[in-house]
Amino acid sequence: MESGLTRRMVFVTVGTTCFDALVAAVDTAQVKEQLWKKGYTHLLIQMGRGSYVPTKSLGDDGSVAVDYFTFSPSIKDHLREASLIISHAGSGSIFETLRLGKPLVVVVNEDLMDNHQSELAEELAERKHLICARPQTLCETIKNMDLESLLPYPPADATPVAQLINGFLGFPDDSFSQKLE
Amino acid sequence: MPPSISNSQSIAAAITAVCLVILLLLLRFAYVTYRTGRPHRTPQRRRLRTLIVLGSGGHTAEMINLLEVLPKERFEPRVYIAAATDNMSLQKARVFESSLGSQVEVAEFHQVYRSREVGQSYLTSVGTTIFAIGHALWLIFQIRPEVIICNGPGTCIPLCIAAFFFKLAGLRWSSIFYVESIARVRKLSLSGLLLYKLHLADQIFVQWPQLQKTYPKAHYVGRLM
Repeated sequence: MESGLTRRMVFVTVGTTCFDALVAAVDTAQVKEQLWKKGYTHLLIQMGRGSYVPTKSLGDDGSVAVDYFTFSPSIKDHLREASLIISHAGSGSIFETLRLGKPLVVVVNEDLMDNHQSELAEELAERKHLICARPQTLCETIKNMDLESLLPYPPADATPVAQLINGFLGFPDDSFSQKLE
Repeated sequence: MPPSISNSQSIAAAITAVCLVILLLLLRFAYVTYRTGRPHRTPQRRRLRTLIVLGSGGHTAEMINLLEVLPKERFEPRVYIAAATDNMSLQKARVFESSLGSQVEVAEFHQVYRSREVGQSYLTSVGTTIFAIGHALWLIFQIRPEVIICNGPGTCIPLCIAAFFFKLAGLRWSSIFYVESIARVRKLSLSGLLLYKLHLADQIFVQWPQLQKTYPKAHYVGRLM
């Protein structure tokens, strides 16, 4: 605004969980400085059920503007608007972001007991669809991240399951060959 | 003495009867286990009553993606069941059904008590599981599904166990298909593992190739999300 900078927003989402470690990590001066250096101007945090409240800032002192809220029915609008998304490892927000084709950093919550969620984030990171981080490594991750290296997420295809179910029950395969034409 | 002889005779007869019943049950059990997982040989020409067990959030989204490509006219009528504490999933199923423009009679919607809520202790879940199986038996009795499609989490387990009892009793044969969630990359979920180990499901689908390597009887099908 003031310096004619185009608005580039980072959207942080924890979904319906409580993930203070992530909210506190993005609220540190170091992380905000790295985001500013990368050209991001605004930081919007959806803090969910957490109790850590980030410091609001208008960003008029030459740093990112910070705003936050707890929940919103229109998360999708924020995802659409954002230039970068930093999310918890919930599969809902992961796939919603990937389908929008937005660059995504997933931060794994190590405090969860049965943490199979990190499996999905790590697998998708290995396939270069997103970047995986921990709260304590978030600053390093943002500093070193190369969003150009990320690969688009291919659309899902449920026809193999449907074909197997069909074949198992003894239905002819015709309705699928029609679809392929 | 005559009375004691007839007494011992009737005891022997009772023991023989009990043994026969146990033997028959064991034979039936062996047959049901043998048949489960074997494809139907005769070509299918009719519609099959289908029960769709909805999980929650991401699970339901995966299920709807599968239903989109399933030939609907073969899987009719469709009965949807979701956990009693899950208000969203049945709503999503209703939206899906109305998007098909299907008549009201084609789809039904029910709720079932869950065997275990997220975070509930394993000890108290023994009692709630028994209650959930009772409710599931009643639902399966009413619905009599020929096909059951489910994808976890726990909601489907009591229903699959109830369906197994009906198979055992010879009242209704249902083919059970289980799709493991895309969130499971290295290990099956507890629901998936139970169905896999107990041979309750005819086919188990996984969405990552490395999971299929660990559980060779599962089918790798690519991603539903």
